[in-house]
Order: sequence, then structure tokens, then C-alpha cells
Amino acid sequence: MNGEHVIDVRNVTKRFNGKTVVNRLALQVRRGEIYGFLGPNGSGKTTFIRMLCGLLTPDEGEGSCLGFDIRRQSDQIKLQVGYMTQKFSLYEDLSIRENLDFIARLYRVRDRREAVEKSLARLGLTGRHKQLAGQLSGGWKQRLSLAACLIHDPQLLLLDEPTAGVDPKARRDFWDEVHKLAAGGLTALITTHYMDEAERCHRLAYIAYGNLLAHGTVEEVVAAAGLTTWSVSGPDLPRLAEELRARPAVEQVVAFGNTLHISARDAERLRDALSPHFTPAHHWQTIPSGLEDVFISLMQTARDQYAKP
Amino acid sequence: MKDIHFSVHRFLAIVIKEFIQMRRDRLTFGMMIGIPILQLILFGYAINSDPKHLPTAILCADNGIFSRTLVYSMRNSDYFAVDHVVQSEKEAHRLLATGKYQFILQIPEDFTRRILRGECPGLVLLADATDPSATSNAITAIDRLAREALDRDLKGPLQHLRMERNAIDLRIHRMYNPEGITQYNIVPGLMGVILTMTMVMITSLAITRERERGTMENLLSTPAHPLEVMIGKLVPYILVGYVQVCLILVAAQFLFEVPMLGSLSLLLAAAIVFIAANLAVGITVSTVATNQLQAVQMSFFFFLPSLLLSGFMFPFRGMPTWAQAIGQILPLTHFHRLVRGILLKGNTPEEILPHLLPISVFLMTVLFIGWCRYRQTLD
Ligand SMILES: Nc1ncnc2c1ncn2[C@@H]1O[C@H](COP(=O)(O)OP(=O)(O)O)[C@@H](O)[C@H]1O
Ligand SMILES: [Mg+2]
Repeated sequence: MNGEHVIDVRNVTKRFNGKTVVNRLALQVRRGEIYGFLGPNGSGKTTFIRMLCGLLTPDEGEGSCLGFDIRRQSDQIKLQVGYMTQKFSLYEDLSIRENLDFIARLYRVRDRREAVEKSLARLGLTGRHKQLAGQLSGGWKQRLSLAACLIHDPQLLLLDEPTAGVDPKARRDFWDEVHKLAAGGLTALITTHYMDEAERCHRLAYIAYGNLLAHGTVEEVVAAAGLTTWSVSGPDLPRLAEELRARPAVEQVVAFGNTLHISARDAERLRDALSPHFTPAHHWQTIPSGLEDVFISLMQTARDQYAKP
Repeated sequence: MKDIHFSVHRFLAIVIKEFIQMRRDRLTFGMMIGIPILQLILFGYAINSDPKHLPTAILCADNGIFSRTLVYSMRNSDYFAVDHVVQSEKEAHRLLATGKYQFILQIPEDFTRRILRGECPGLVLLADATDPSATSNAITAIDRLAREALDRDLKGPLQHLRMERNAIDLRIHRMYNPEGITQYNIVPGLMGVILTMTMVMITSLAITRERERGTMENLLSTPAHPLEVMIGKLVPYILVGYVQVCLILVAAQFLFEVPMLGSLSLLLAAAIVFIAANLAVGITVSTVATNQLQAVQMSFFFFLPSLLLSGFMFPFRGMPTWAQAIGQILPLTHFHRLVRGILLKGNTPEEILPHLLPISVFLMTVLFIGWCRYRQTLD
């Protein structure tokens, strides 16, 4: 294995019908790391993950996954990767046990019966093993998918929006489980749209329109964005929001309950733009920028830069 | 109040929405137009249950005037296309067994002389009667045709020969199905029809379903090789195909008492090529279809011409040339001949080879197309 990097790719590019969906992406993920992969819908996250596990061939770029070449050795990569697709992709007309057994056979898991039994027990589904997978609720489907990904003891998990449509308790349990696995040396690349989940990752990357816009720890990403955020509370906030949005120096105005968050990258210009509104009726203060503010700011910049008119 | 009663506006909204969706789903739209047109053409133009110009060979041991007249007038008739002279009875039987010729006219030795002597010589028409409807009109025609032909020559001093009694004794041998039982033809034919329908439809559905539900992506992300996936998916259906073949054979034997002259193991062995050909069509359909509905529609688009142009519903030789040309491509056409050949005629492996070859060519071609398409859809 090449150093400590489980994923180490450069320049990865994929085009569909002339449209660049992933653009010269470079990504490095260390062993035992939980790596968050964020970006708006259609930004190329799924496509990138598919290239990592050999479902798609990159048009350009090279690199390794688990020490194997992503272009030529996808067969070896597949053996050690657990890939959880964005959409539930086990068989709804097979029972829970039959699904696990099928996947275990495909990976030629040794002591298959035992592995399936253990997996069922860990899921807490031993009693319901005969139930059809299609009848499970969203949260259980997700747990079953995760169990299926893990049955062959992979080195790397690629989880594509694993918690979409799952309730908060089940999400929390899921993340506890992922952290436990990572502590045991498993590496995970997880795409998500939830900020709280992003904050539970060791490091993260943000892509938009196929371009990597930021990466690092949460603190690094926030710091690198160089965003200044003000919070204001007081009367008639909707009208104030309207007025602020009209000012070019203001990049974002977001309502949070009874406060507004106003952010921009140029702190000086922002202050100048806001100062006419510093009335006694309103309470103004600067606050640390949130991850969400940063991502929205990144996305807007990216849209100006990359999106075709 | 007007919100709770039937509203024309809401009704129109739904009508408009349906039309928009109909237009978006190009294939369904195409099929809605395409299938009626296909049926119209096939039923209207291709199907003719009064087959004419049936291939006829002559086995002639006489070269007198009457045999020449007879052959000449057959040549000029609509029903018989006389284009071959065979030298031996063995060859004549082989031509019937392989289905190359529908009729053999056997003219005995001294035919002319015996007519002149008023001996009423026998004239034999051997007919391949596996499909009774293909030959019945021609058989009716030959009697009149022979009489009229000879009457023209029986003039002057010979007039008495035609006046008094039949100058010849025309005998028709309905080979392979002497009683003209339609089930003998239809029941073996159903084997191919049923296999075509289920094999194409089931495989195209089975693969499209994996794609539609997203399970294909999961499957391909595992170490499973695409070839393993394909073959693994096909083998169960080959077994299903064999169960169908066996069911039909049992029904043919016990319910319809269809004769089984040839070797059943030969039939089972040959069936695999046909089953494979249909599975290949199913795979190819599944690489084009994006959902299960489309897969069913496209399977039907293949099934319909197979059913109508293969000689199962209507005699093959009754169809116009263009329809026969399409029919010749379809594996079902050749499988019909093969099954009839083995069951009713007792065909040997060499005799079924001419039917097996076109099926194999079809199989290879479709497999190639399917494989190219399949590889494209991976990326
Ligand atoms: N097989 C494909 N053929 C053509 N376009 C595709 C294909 N897969 C994805 N795309 C396009 O690529 C873009 C990125 O898609 P995707 O990787 O699914 O984004 P994300 O997972 O970040 O939402 C989208 O615009 C999508 O329409
Ligand atoms: Mg996605």
C-alpha cells in the first residue's frame, strides 16, 4: 500500500456526451479516516465514486485505490470495497437473509453461513431474517445495505448518501457505527447533504460542477473560505433582508428563526454595507461562519465560474 | 360549489397531462402506432391461406406425350411450381423429408402407352401434408388439372378414352399426416411459439428489471464478472425452456396423440440452439429498453412477426416473397420445420441441419449485436 493513503487520485475527469461531470479531481484519503464528500445535486459525487470502484472508467486521470490502479485493477479493488449505492439496490423480493447470503456468495466469503448469521445478529434482525427486504422501512433498508457492504470485511467503504430519508435517531446510530468501524481501521468515503454529518467527518471535500472547491477539516475549510458573518435580531426582519440582499457587497442573507445571518468574503465592504442599518432597534454582532454558509458561498462562486450561461 | 363537482378543467388537465406523458415516452408512442401498422400489413398482405406455386418435383419414368403434357400443364398452373426432376424414389423422399419440396409427382413407366391402351395407369402425387392447410387446395386442383390436360390430347380416335371412364387413376399420398389432422401441425408448432414468447420476454424483463431497480449497479460493483452475471441469469431460463418443451411433448403425446417418429434426444439437443437464439434476442432487447414496459413492448414487436410469418398460423408458401424473406430470417420459421421434421417425418440429424443452420446464424448475429450494446451500457 502506498504510504497511508487508501485513496490517492489525481486529475480524474469524466465526461458524458461532451459534458464534463467530474473535472480534474484530486483526492487523498488516509487509512481509518471518515471522509465527507459534499456538493450540490448533480455535482458529480456519484460519478466519482463509481470511478473509484471500477463501475466507470475515467476519461482522464490516474491514481490508486487501496494500492491498486483505478484504471487497470478494478477487479482487485472491488474485492476490498463495500459500495452502498445512492438508491437501495438490494433485492426487494428476496428476504433479508437471502440478500446477505447472495452478496456473501458473490464475494466468496469464507464461512459464509457464519458471516451471514453474525451480520444478522449485529443488525438485530435475526428474528426477522425471513422478512422481504422490500417491506423494510427506510432506516432498516439503510442498515441492511450497510450490513451487506460489510459482509466481506472490506478495507474501504464508499457510501453514497447513506442517510437520505432516514430519521435522526437512525442517522445518529448509523454514524456511531461508522465511527466504530473507522476506529477499527476501516476507511469510509461518505457523501451527504447534512451539515451535522459533515461535521462528524474527520475531513471533507466540497465539489460543485465537478470541481473540487475546498477540502480539509471543518475548521480548515471554514478558515480557507475567509467568510465574515454577522447576525442581526430585531423588528421587521423580512424587510431588512430584502434591503440587504439588494446590496452587492452582501453575498448571503439567511433567516434563522428570529435572526438573520449575513455573510460575505470582503469583511470591510460588508461592514460598510451594513452600517446604515445599525439602528438601536436592531441587535448586531459578528459570529463565526458556519459550514453551511461556507458551502453556499462556495457554490455561488462556482456557479459564476463554471456554470455555462 | 363548483370545486366539488366534476370539473371539466380538472378533467382536461388530466387529459393534457396524459398526452404529454404519452409523447415523452417515445417508444410506447411508437409502439402504439407501430403495432397496428405491423398487424395491418402482416394480416392484410402477408397472409394468404391459399398457397400457390408450391415447389414440385417430378419423378418420371415415362417420356411419352402424355407425361410431357401433364408436366407442362402443371408448370402452367398457379398451384405447382415444377422446377426439378428427380432420378430416384429415394431422392424424392429425401426432398419431402427436408421440406424442400411440397409435392412429388410420380409418373410410372409406360404411362403414355398404357393410357393409349386404355389401361388406366396409376399416377401418384406425394404430398408433404404435415400442414394440411398448405396442400389442400393444390390437391383439389391437381385432379381437374390432370383430367383437363389429358382431355386436350385425347382427341379424334382417342376420344372414346375420355368419354367412357377416367383415363388415369390419380392417387394422392398425404405423407406424414395421412388423415390431415391439424393438431399434428399445430401442437409441435406451439413448442416454438411458446418458447419464443417466454424466452424473449422473460430474459428481457429479468435484465431490464435489474437496471430499472438499480440492483444492476450493486451487482456490478461486486467482483461478479459481467459474463458471470449474464450466464448466471440465462441458465435458469434455459431450464424453464426445457420444462416447457417437455410439457408440450407430453401433451402432444397423451392429449393429441401426435406421432413421434424421430429421436426425442435429437429434438432436445436441437432445441438448445433455438432457446439460445431467443435468449439472445431477450438480452439485446434488454440493452435497448430502459424500463420493463419497453422490454415487453419490444419483445412483442419481435414476437408478432415470428408468430405470423413463420408458417405457424398460415402456410409459409402462401405468403408473398417479401414476407417469406423476413420469415426466413426468423428462428421460429426454421424451428417449426425442424420440430415437424423430427416428430412427423422422423428426420435424421443430417436432414435437420438445413433448419438448424439458419437458427445458428441468427443466434450468432444477435449475440454479436447484444454483446456490443451490452458493453456500451456498462459505461
Ligand atoms: N450515465 C450517465 N450518462 C449521462 N449523464 C450522466 C450519467 N450519470 C450521471 N450523469 C450526469 O452527471 C451529472 C453528475 O451526476 P452525479 O454524479 O449523479 O451527481 P451527484 O451524485 O453529485 O448528485 C449529472 O448532471 C447527471 O445528469
Ligand atoms: Mg449522487
